[in-house]
Amino acid sequence: MRYLPLTPEDRAQMLAKIGVSHIDELFRDVPKEALLDKPVNLPPHATEMQVEADFRAFAARNLAAGDAPFFIGGGAYRHHVPATVDYMIQRGEFLTAYTPYQPEISQGTLQALFEFQTQVAQIFGMDVANASMYDGSTAAAEAVLMARRITRRKKAIISGSLHPQYIDVINCTTAFTEDVTVINPVAVDGVEDLIGQIDDETSCVVVQNPDFFGNLQDFSQLAEAVHEKKALLIVVVTEVVSLGAIKSPGEMGADIVVGEGQSLGVGLNFGGPYVGLFATKQQYVRQMPGRLCGVTKDADGKRGFVLTLSTREQHIRREKATSNICTNAGLCTLAFSIHMTLLGEAGFRKLAKINHAKAAILANRLAALDGVEVLNKTFFNEFTVKLPRQAAPVVEELVERGVLGGLPVSRLYPDDKALENLLLVAVTETCSDEDLDTLVHELKEVLK
Amino acid sequence: MMNNQGRPTNIDNVAALSGDRIDTFTGNQALEQEEKLIYEIGDTARSGVDLPDVPEAQSRLGGLERDGEIGLPGLSEPEAMRHYTRLSRQNYAIDMGLYPLGSCTMKHNPRLNEKVTRLPGLCDIHPLQPQSTVQGAFDLIDTLAHWLKELTGMPAVAMSPKAGAHGELCGMMAIRAAHDKAGEKQRTIVLAPESAHGTNPATAALCGYKVKAIPATEDGRVDLEALKAALGPDVAAIMLTNPNTCGLFERDIRKIADAVHEAGAYFYCDGANFNAIVGKVRPGDLGVDCMHINLHKTFSTPHGGGGPGAGPVVFSEALAPFIPVPYVVMNEDGFEMVEHVGESSSFGRMTAFHGQMGMFVRALAYMMSHGADGLRQVAEDSVLNANYILASLQDVMTPSFDGPCMHEALFDDRFLKGTGVETLDFAKAMIDEGYHPMTMYFPLVVHGAMLIEPTETESKQSLDQFIGMMRHLVERATSGDKDRFSGAPYLAPRRRLDETTAARKPVLRWTPEISAPNDTAAAAE
Repeated sequence: MRYLPLTPEDRAQMLAKIGVSHIDELFRDVPKEALLDKPVNLPPHATEMQVEADFRAFAARNLAAGDAPFFIGGGAYRHHVPATVDYMIQRGEFLTAYTPYQPEISQGTLQALFEFQTQVAQIFGMDVANASMYDGSTAAAEAVLMARRITRRKKAIISGSLHPQYIDVINCTTAFTEDVTVINPVAVDGVEDLIGQIDDETSCVVVQNPDFFGNLQDFSQLAEAVHEKKALLIVVVTEVVSLGAIKSPGEMGADIVVGEGQSLGVGLNFGGPYVGLFATKQQYVRQMPGRLCGVTKDADGKRGFVLTLSTREQHIRREKATSNICTNAGLCTLAFSIHMTLLGEAGFRKLAKINHAKAAILANRLAALDGVEVLNKTFFNEFTVKLPRQAAPVVEELVERGVLGGLPVSRLYPDDKALENLLLVAVTETCSDEDLDTLVHELKEVLK
Repeated sequence: MMNNQGRPTNIDNVAALSGDRIDTFTGNQALEQEEKLIYEIGDTARSGVDLPDVPEAQSRLGGLERDGEIGLPGLSEPEAMRHYTRLSRQNYAIDMGLYPLGSCTMKHNPRLNEKVTRLPGLCDIHPLQPQSTVQGAFDLIDTLAHWLKELTGMPAVAMSPKAGAHGELCGMMAIRAAHDKAGEKQRTIVLAPESAHGTNPATAALCGYKVKAIPATEDGRVDLEALKAALGPDVAAIMLTNPNTCGLFERDIRKIADAVHEAGAYFYCDGANFNAIVGKVRPGDLGVDCMHINLHKTFSTPHGGGGPGAGPVVFSEALAPFIPVPYVVMNEDGFEMVEHVGESSSFGRMTAFHGQMGMFVRALAYMMSHGADGLRQVAEDSVLNANYILASLQDVMTPSFDGPCMHEALFDDRFLKGTGVETLDFAKAMIDEGYHPMTMYFPLVVHGAMLIEPTETESKQSLDQFIGMMRHLVERATSGDKDRFSGAPYLAPRRRLDETTAARKPVLRWTPEISAPNDTAAAAE
């Protein structure tokens, strides 16, 4: 109980000051029969050594990505995070601060948020970005709701090659307001007729780049068609490192861009915490969900930063707010931003080139294996491979050989027999040449 | 006397305060250093990361290469170190001093939790790795779920919600799904007390409900009669915070639960204040149907300047079948994660992957460190500390309600009447004393609210210093020293910031036009 500073004597003195004789007198409003008279049925307090040992035991039963050649993506990517990032976010002044409600003593967090917003707007090619959502999938759902508010139309058209779990989240979030229609079936090759679906009821079209299967597309024409019907184009980016190499969604005419920022600074973390990125055009700022940080001056005329446009938010607008989001992913935005600042434009572009080149090399080597086909014409650092047999057991056999060899597409589409031979393979700068050799060799063995 | 930022606090002359800073060439004040934006010090050609060479390969980008400069400035590693270190020093944090933000719960963040979270077997695992390779992670999630169920007396828990408000949404979606399944689609109204967190009505609206406010009684509780009158076949649920946002326990909670259930509605409890009762009272024994638990409040995972949080939701038997995917189950071969809705009555998926693992690790480490006995002590000490503050300040400030409070003490601005000092001014003067202000103007049900939550990790010495500081400020305010308040803060990295202009003409990103107005170095050139 080393976290509790009060001594029995302190407690006695404090109770005397309050004017009660027993702590339970302070719980007098609790119905008597509901007040527990002894601790609940859980273990008693444990020492620091013991807790550490218990967690080592949990950890030991997992295969860490760093302990095997690792090729899994599908919306979460393993990138190297510079040591400086993790050191810096552990500084107590960042780690243990709260939401910057008192800007005069929160300038550190606020300035970092302002820099983050600018970086995100730049990589997406948009005017403005907010200061974080929970993750990419919930940000995508918020984008659909935002398009609904702006256009006052109900139909959202969602590409069949959007990450299937993102589709699920959008459907779940909007299910109760009956706003969204998912129109397209799975499009492994990225070719689908989205333009033909757009009508006067359409609020937005949601697409992903690179898409779930790794394909790259230019959405400029789609954007024109969307705008012709006064609807909005929402582009989802689950691998932000790609934007060091490919045209930004803004350049293609997107109105809202959302993304998963986990690739920079955050790490895999078994799915969370991650960081949702959200950017849009200036004209839609007041319809944006989430926190925003803006520039202002203090009473001495010095530049300073504050949370702003809070009249959109739940603590003021309550049921009319743009979103119910309150806590977000503040510390992860900081990690993202520090990583991006360390990279700088030169590093960001080089990182993207390394990712792409390694993926291209691996794709060629896998395509050369008997019975293996690479389905993508284009990709960034992830592509879809068709195997001569079901991918899920192949991945399990690879695990036995010490390789985390990719994501069987069937894990996310359990009901679609046509996809059961597909394997999604992601390559990042953390994959060494030896890792590539190992995967090619072991996959060849497994497929024999 | 020195405050915890090492500045003398005995400053009697306000005129001297504004001249406290001498003019320096750099704008720095010794250890308090100004820091420009990365956009003013970085360079797109500079990098703090030494990457390997790009291998030779043919492009597969299909002509979509990005051309033109993005404009991202880079800093070398030492520059980045300085930039962020300097920024960090302009933040207040719980590691620096008492952070009495009512309804937010800022308590000690143990570093053991950070250490175990960074074990590669816990942080360097992918959410879609083969399930056979992450059995320890599933076990950890299942263990945390067990602790949450025991502490709340509820039979089921959804682990995936990413924050408290996301948990609210999860609970309300389960309620909606349950009503829909029962064919009760006419239930379109959610009742929420006037004092509810703003997230409650926002969440209900997001779930397609209309929100109806329930008034509070004179003594800061839900008006039971008004609640009963509002209940009917069109009400889906009530969203109630307990202990409530006035820092009080809802005495009639069993009667409220009974009335709600009799009307065929569900009882959603906002669990933001669970640390006041953890180990002392189980919400399941009070008739709650679902409640989110802010792991980042009750179980100490750090707030990090606004998050991340984690908001698991516990459910009663009636709502348990509807919990969202994914969830962990145990079978003969070990743990399995159910990832698809399939045949179940789950209402769907709230987030890609499965929630805030990093927060789960921290929260469970905190729980295990405290144990069943320690967690019970947490509730007692948090309530004791809050009541000690209430008792020690009630003769000079004005408590909003009679009787003991739970883990936070609520005052209002009646004691400032006639002084010309507003709640906001009073809060800003606390900054000069080296404290983060308490929560202001919330709950909305009292005028000029000041909600003080010390938490259980403050010592008596620290509370006594805080109480002394507050008494000193009250004395200053009531003795007519208005200027000390209206101009505050004088000693913070920034004086009071113009939030109106920021909202009227929002500037939300850097452009070359935004240069520092106080750039003395540039002015000297």
